[in-house]
Amino acid sequence: MNQPLPLLKVSDLTKSFGGVMAVLNVSFDLKEGELLGIIGPNGSGKTTLVNLITGFVKPISGRVEYREKNITGWAPYKIVSLGIARTFQMVRPFYQLPAFKNMIIPLYSPRVKKLTGGKYGDRDAVALDLLEEVGFERDAHVAYKVAGSLPQGYLKRLELAKAMALRPDLIILDELFSGLSLAEVASIVPIIEKLRFQGITIIMIEHRLKELFRIADRVFVLNYGEKIADGPGEEVMENESVKKAYLGSETE
Amino acid sequence: MKKRKERIDRGIKARSEDIFALSSYREMLYLLAPRAIPVVGLLGVAPFLNPYWREVFISTAVYALLATSWDLLISAGLISLGQSLFYGIGSYIAGILNYYYGWSPLFTIPVATVMGGLLCTLFLLPVLRLRGIYFAMVTLVLPLMFSRLVEATRILGGTEGLPGLTPFPNQLTALYVIDFALLAVLFGFRRLMASDYGLVIRGINDNDRSVMSAGLNIYLYKTQILFIGASVGSFAGAFGTHMDMFAGMPGFALDYAIMPVAAAVVGGMGTFAGPMIGAFILVPLSEILRALGALRIVFYGLFLVIFIVALPEGIFHYLQRKYHQLERWVELV
Repeated sequence: MNQPLPLLKVSDLTKSFGGVMAVLNVSFDLKEGELLGIIGPNGSGKTTLVNLITGFVKPISGRVEYREKNITGWAPYKIVSLGIARTFQMVRPFYQLPAFKNMIIPLYSPRVKKLTGGKYGDRDAVALDLLEEVGFERDAHVAYKVAGSLPQGYLKRLELAKAMALRPDLIILDELFSGLSLAEVASIVPIIEKLRFQGITIIMIEHRLKELFRIADRVFVLNYGEKIADGPGEEVMENESVKKAYLGSETE
Repeated sequence: MKKRKERIDRGIKARSEDIFALSSYREMLYLLAPRAIPVVGLLGVAPFLNPYWREVFISTAVYALLATSWDLLISAGLISLGQSLFYGIGSYIAGILNYYYGWSPLFTIPVATVMGGLLCTLFLLPVLRLRGIYFAMVTLVLPLMFSRLVEATRILGGTEGLPGLTPFPNQLTALYVIDFALLAVLFGFRRLMASDYGLVIRGINDNDRSVMSAGLNIYLYKTQILFIGASVGSFAGAFGTHMDMFAGMPGFALDYAIMPVAAAVVGGMGTFAGPMIGAFILVPLSEILRALGALRIVFYGLFLVIFIVALPEGIFHYLQRKYHQLERWVELV
């Protein structure tokens, strides 16, 4: 039997912002159905890496391949149409609109139209179903509340539901847990596990290492834009250079 | 009997948001009344005006069209200082078709509307990626360039323009043509922006990255909005040129760029009705002040400042809020 082909293959990806190397020669493979965690100190290039994969930023050099197709430098909307969805670290919903109306824009996407056989259907109903899935209690009518009145935990779930609305094969979650309480994180973890169960490949960028290590198959560490370690969570944290990156070296 | 006050809109809003399940004629009236005002106002007033004020009414309606078109562009985050580009292009296309080919206004106006929209979209396509003030600067420069181009190369009649174009059969016909156009644009735009498509457009203005990550090509949507806005502007130009029986460099004048912005700011942006109200206040006001001679601009400017200081949100937003806050007496049970 041959080794299954990677879903996503990133090779030697490099990007600099005005002389600062934000991402430097980063390469990794992602198998279908895998949950990969990306960690690293602040400013280590994690979000830039996501922006490079999803087309929001164009790399200086290197390649991004998805299902053996070179998607380097493609426009974001084309990359989404292949089935790669992402969330943003900073949630910025439409604060004046009810939560479920925020779901209309992803549901308006050509990808959704294609997957539903040319018909969009009742977007409001689909939006309410998806929001219930991520924990907007239907009985309490949370989905009808104006987004501006919802706490951060719900806004993060809304962000997740917006990505799920695109029915992605690969979903990239950029610091989904940041700013959430332990209880809120604990309530989102099962949603992510359910996505995995459905066979969706997931990349998670996280600072909450404990929660991440519990669900991730593999973790890699970025420091100053470079990949310094790759492997199962606890193993990676034993790595000397990772310790140095997080805690600083002893002799400085 | 004890009574308390209750806001009229609460129950109606809850029931009319998605499905119409209104319980009485009074509630229907509550929803219909504000929509009837522009219809009655635009169609009913005209016959009672004298020819001079009819003329003012028509040119007001032209500005109102430009202002609503400006408002549509701003909803997609496109700041236009070049409504005069749309007006000028529309007026020249209609002028050329009428002057050189002898087409009747019945054909020149529709053709100029579509072609003007297409041409202006093509001109602005390369700079559609620019945001905010950068896009605005380009729209400001283009009409100035075009008018100098006409002057320098003496094409299309040069500074003399194209005179003697076919006028409308009579003033009232012209008035009703522009009236119906204005109503169609007003209700059409409001409907468009209330739809899911409109939500996407608002999304592009508010947070374009989130729309991009939803798999939508924001430049496609911006192009569509630009085309619609430019078409409406070109219609205004084609109409105005047959009204004046003349197409020329004044079509690119700065008035057509500035007045729509002022009207939208005074009337309330993002509502389409607001810019219309703004135009119907500012343009007639400028006519009334004509009697003051040289002091006209001073007083005009003063009025503009008063409006903006007193009602920074815009007249329409203010009226809408007050209307929603209307109360009625109900019996305590």
